[in-house]
Amino acid sequence: MPTLVSHPDEVKVLSRRFGQGAANIDKYLELDGYKAVQQAIAEGPAWIIDTMKASGLRGRGGAGFPTGLKWSFVPKNDKAKYVLVNGDESEPGTCKDHVIFREDPHAVIEGTMIAGLAIGSKLGFIYLRGEYRYLLKIVEKAVAEAYERGFLGKNIFGTGVDFDIITQTGAGAYEVGEESALMESLEGKRGVPRIKPPFPAVVGLYGGPTVINNAETIASAPHILLMGGPAYAALGSERNGGTRLFGISGHVERPGVYELPMGYNLKKAIYEVAGGVKGGKKLKAVVPGGSSCPVLLPDELDVGLDFDQMGKAGTMLGSGGIVVLDETVSIVEFALRVISFYQHESCGWCIPCREGTDWIKKTLTRVYEGGGQKKDVANVQYLAENMMGRTFCPLGDAAAMPTLGFVKKFRQEFEDYIDGKKAGTPIITEQLHVGAH
Amino acid sequence: MPDVSFTVDGKKLTAPAGTLLIEACKTAGIEIPAFCYYPGLSLQAACRMCVVRQEKVPKLQTACTTPVAEGQVFFTDTPEIVQARKATLQLLLGNHPLDCPVCDAGGECELQDMTFKYGAADSFYAEPKNHREEQKWSPVVYFDRPRCILCYRCVRMCGEGMDVFALGVENRGSSAVIAPNVPAGLAPDHLNHVDCEQCGMCIDACPVGALTSGTYRYKTRPWEMNHVATVCTHCGDGCKTTLGVRSTTDGAEIVRGDNRDRSGINDDFLCNKGRYAFDFANHADRIQQPLVRKAGKLEPVSWEEAFTHIGKKFRELRDAKGGDSFGVIGGNRLTNEEAYLLQKFARTVIGTNNIDHHRTADHVTFAQALIGHKDRTASLRDTKTAKSILIFGGDPTNQSPATAWNLRTNIRNNGAKLFVVNTEEIKLRRQAKAFVRLAPFGYGAMAAFLNGDDASGPSAVSNVEALAGFRDTLKATEGLLILIGSELRGSELKALIEFGLTLPGAKFALLSDYVNSKGAADMGLLPDMLPGYTPVGSEIFAEYKAPAQAGLGLLEIFDAAAAGSLSALYIVGSNPVLRYGVEPASLKNTFVVVQDLFMTETAVLADVVLPAANLYEKGGSVTNHYGDLQLVKKAGDRAGVRTDFEMIVRIADKMDAHIPTLIPFGKGLRADMGQTRGAQSGEADRHAVWLTAQNLEPRLSPFDPFAILDEIQRLVPGYDILRLQLLSGNDQHLEPAASQPLVQIGARRDLVLPSGDTLFTSGTLGHYSDMLIDLQQNSRREQLPILDQTAAD
Repeated sequence: MPTLVSHPDEVKVLSRRFGQGAANIDKYLELDGYKAVQQAIAEGPAWIIDTMKASGLRGRGGAGFPTGLKWSFVPKNDKAKYVLVNGDESEPGTCKDHVIFREDPHAVIEGTMIAGLAIGSKLGFIYLRGEYRYLLKIVEKAVAEAYERGFLGKNIFGTGVDFDIITQTGAGAYEVGEESALMESLEGKRGVPRIKPPFPAVVGLYGGPTVINNAETIASAPHILLMGGPAYAALGSERNGGTRLFGISGHVERPGVYELPMGYNLKKAIYEVAGGVKGGKKLKAVVPGGSSCPVLLPDELDVGLDFDQMGKAGTMLGSGGIVVLDETVSIVEFALRVISFYQHESCGWCIPCREGTDWIKKTLTRVYEGGGQKKDVANVQYLAENMMGRTFCPLGDAAAMPTLGFVKKFRQEFEDYIDGKKAGTPIITEQLHVGAH
Repeated sequence: MPDVSFTVDGKKLTAPAGTLLIEACKTAGIEIPAFCYYPGLSLQAACRMCVVRQEKVPKLQTACTTPVAEGQVFFTDTPEIVQARKATLQLLLGNHPLDCPVCDAGGECELQDMTFKYGAADSFYAEPKNHREEQKWSPVVYFDRPRCILCYRCVRMCGEGMDVFALGVENRGSSAVIAPNVPAGLAPDHLNHVDCEQCGMCIDACPVGALTSGTYRYKTRPWEMNHVATVCTHCGDGCKTTLGVRSTTDGAEIVRGDNRDRSGINDDFLCNKGRYAFDFANHADRIQQPLVRKAGKLEPVSWEEAFTHIGKKFRELRDAKGGDSFGVIGGNRLTNEEAYLLQKFARTVIGTNNIDHHRTADHVTFAQALIGHKDRTASLRDTKTAKSILIFGGDPTNQSPATAWNLRTNIRNNGAKLFVVNTEEIKLRRQAKAFVRLAPFGYGAMAAFLNGDDASGPSAVSNVEALAGFRDTLKATEGLLILIGSELRGSELKALIEFGLTLPGAKFALLSDYVNSKGAADMGLLPDMLPGYTPVGSEIFAEYKAPAQAGLGLLEIFDAAAAGSLSALYIVGSNPVLRYGVEPASLKNTFVVVQDLFMTETAVLADVVLPAANLYEKGGSVTNHYGDLQLVKKAGDRAGVRTDFEMIVRIADKMDAHIPTLIPFGKGLRADMGQTRGAQSGEADRHAVWLTAQNLEPRLSPFDPFAILDEIQRLVPGYDILRLQLLSGNDQHLEPAASQPLVQIGARRDLVLPSGDTLFTSGTLGHYSDMLIDLQQNSRREQLPILDQTAAD
């Protein structure tokens, strides 16, 4: 279990109860717990959505879609509606949601209730990734406590409102982090994504209108209601309201999850907040928002950590998982490690992702093992370029984008590696040139 | 939906709003390639071949999931799109085994065609392809796993189309593989628990050679076959099946049946019988020489000797004992022309109405009950479009698979409502809005209940209150399509139709067993009915100069034989000895002539056996149980057999019959004589006059079935055929029934005997299909040995 870290530059909104035992409902109540939801019940759905819109909160799963707007899309009809908390945190380099589940599970529960109130839902689901089964106990205990206190179930807080929460874990598939695949998984089916439209807000879980949000997004909602939308928005940068948890890992002195204002400078985050490159080594590259984001070079780090500025810098804010690589890292090996993950996690539904990740992995494996040819770099780039934008769901892009980043920005290193100038001791395998068609 | 206008590649198109772009483009002649898209099944958007560029949309869009809307602008063939498709093909070909030279699908492969079009011939990969062992799923379905491109068509076809759900996906990513839903640890062919129907639709849907047929695989190349689209000889639906035929030393060998051009009445569908059960044609037990009984033993003779022998015996017996000492039995797999000719031969050459066939459903009562009602009989095509359907008896899933397919498709895609009334829990109840489970033999009581006899309710079903609600629902349903099982006959059938006739727009179909069961009845293989259910003695067939008294029915014919009063029995394509349990000794004083493919239980008792061609070896027309007429095309020849049509003509000739009267053929013969005769006597040759009026030439050969088709069209009520439709291979719906009330036959024995065939049986013919026998045995297997481990993958 990683220990909590902290830094003076942090703005603790979401993380303000971390480390204080807030998983216990009494402690949570002591720290203003379940106040926001009661206010939400009193004020009504329009107020909740207006507050969320004013907060400028954008989806923390990585896509950055404005949360208030998303909630407002749910049609006002008689169909059963659902709130779905996406806790399938699987993007390599990302470890923020698990801290929330561990340190402040009631915030997720309260946020789920708020989202439910906003859209007229009576049932929420908290879906944890299969590998987070150890967190399920904490979350389930919190849910049970909320039921005991009458915060969940029939007539919550004696207001006549009903709301239930069901918890569920996945079975170990990155793909079900994609919202529609998660719904398939939750419905007990194969975790493959659905055709959109219809979008979940209209036809989602079990065919009902569904709001699905990342766990961090949901957990932010109670804080936003308590402090007010504009106050939350003012914490962040333009069009990127509030703060967010950044998981800084890799070769830094003080790795950990830090809550920084949106728009905080990436270079500062690495060198000041996380204490700089470990052991005083030279920085080689930074993966800024989870492994699917194109890599940044040391001279590209002077950029604000928000969705728009990162987009302008040719990469993505993503899931806030910043991975720092020092000079000892072989990009060839790192690229192979990244593509291996996506190859393993591709659901196999569509051709470009299923076959593309596999062939990139095979090619990079051969390169890594010392059998590379010059044209392999171009081939990898060709494969990645032909996956981009053509796959059924974003997983294909998530695999192609970093690959393109590596081969474009470190082309020379790949070529040198193939020429044998660098890269330790490549292992020659027997299978190298067998079976070409 | 209102039409919307949109632009594709600069062309202005219109289509109903919401039409999928891929379909709208197809209609406009713009081809958008796709592997996973299959019309009528759920959308996948998985293959990414159909990507197109939509103006103002950042990413390429899949045409298979894009509904058209007003003002949209699309590009389907830009360099960007061509590159996207090419790249997708390159990715597929990376792992696809390029064993096209030995692949069954070679030449008929969508992946080959796409590669040809987009030229994705270059490869960048140095790594070995993924390989997995081939699997046998059943005697007729093999899965060559490496060839699979994971389009999921088979999975959807089996689940959504067939309601079988035998297939699923195993593993994920590049390890994902289609897998049969067998219990863990069992071999992949252990599909009994899902009631796999062995329809082979998965093979049809497969765009590549991953799924291949057990009957066809590695036998030939597609371009080495003639492809003949004809009508399947098995059940009453009469699907079009395309036979792949190769020449052999003794004629032709059918090596494949499939639904290649999907142009038939069955559209996409073909069941296991149409697809595999053609093998009886090549069966080693086919008779290929005429046999005449000499000193108690059937000896091979020449055709001339056989015909002369039959002609002489028939002539002598007719002249000595009278035509009414003859019995004639026709078959359910004869063409209309043969059935018509056979009854005409019986009535005009022999001079008897003692003619019948194995009746698999009560088509007579059906026709009788609908006299005077226009547009009340349904076509097979109606099962695809009717908004509400009532299945009353019968089990289409097992007996009429195309009907069942259409119903499922209709329910799935159009939201049609299905009601099922049955004494058994038939599978289609799973799609039904309401299922009424009747007590055994409860159909009559149920029909009476529907007609308002509330007292009958309890004997049909226990919950009478619900039954009344069900009746109300039916009464409130407009345009109900009523499919009637062959269990219903006589008064029960009549009562049900009477009820149905009170419903506005209700249509009916009576389901029976074989390809031309209804045609046989339509063509008058009946002792009391001339063709078109015309009572014997009717003016319509005055030119027959046939006896006006009804003849003996099938059972009465055998009674007469047993009583010693039947001098001759002429059986064409039927096996009554087995079907009706005829005592062999009863035929010992009767001269029996049998025309058949095999030495059936009936043929072995015959004095003369003539080897007959089957439906795939002749031309003509057949009428399915809905009354849809279709053209039968000859797929190939077989040495040593002749068509029943030719044999009847030859026998008539040897009996010194006047052939131009039996078969209206020949320029300057009957036609010319008729004119002369008409001019002299005032009696016009009606056929010649009719031919002239129809702009038809007289047929030149007495063996041309179309000569008789001309006469059928001229004389038989309801068979007013559109020639162009027929000749272009289309089906057309007919409603044969004489316009006058028919003779009621009282106190006769019930002659209707449904054959009760299942998916894997097909009457006597089915006994000679090794593939059907294999499938029967396969479906009866209880348990297979558990494998040590599942196939490595």
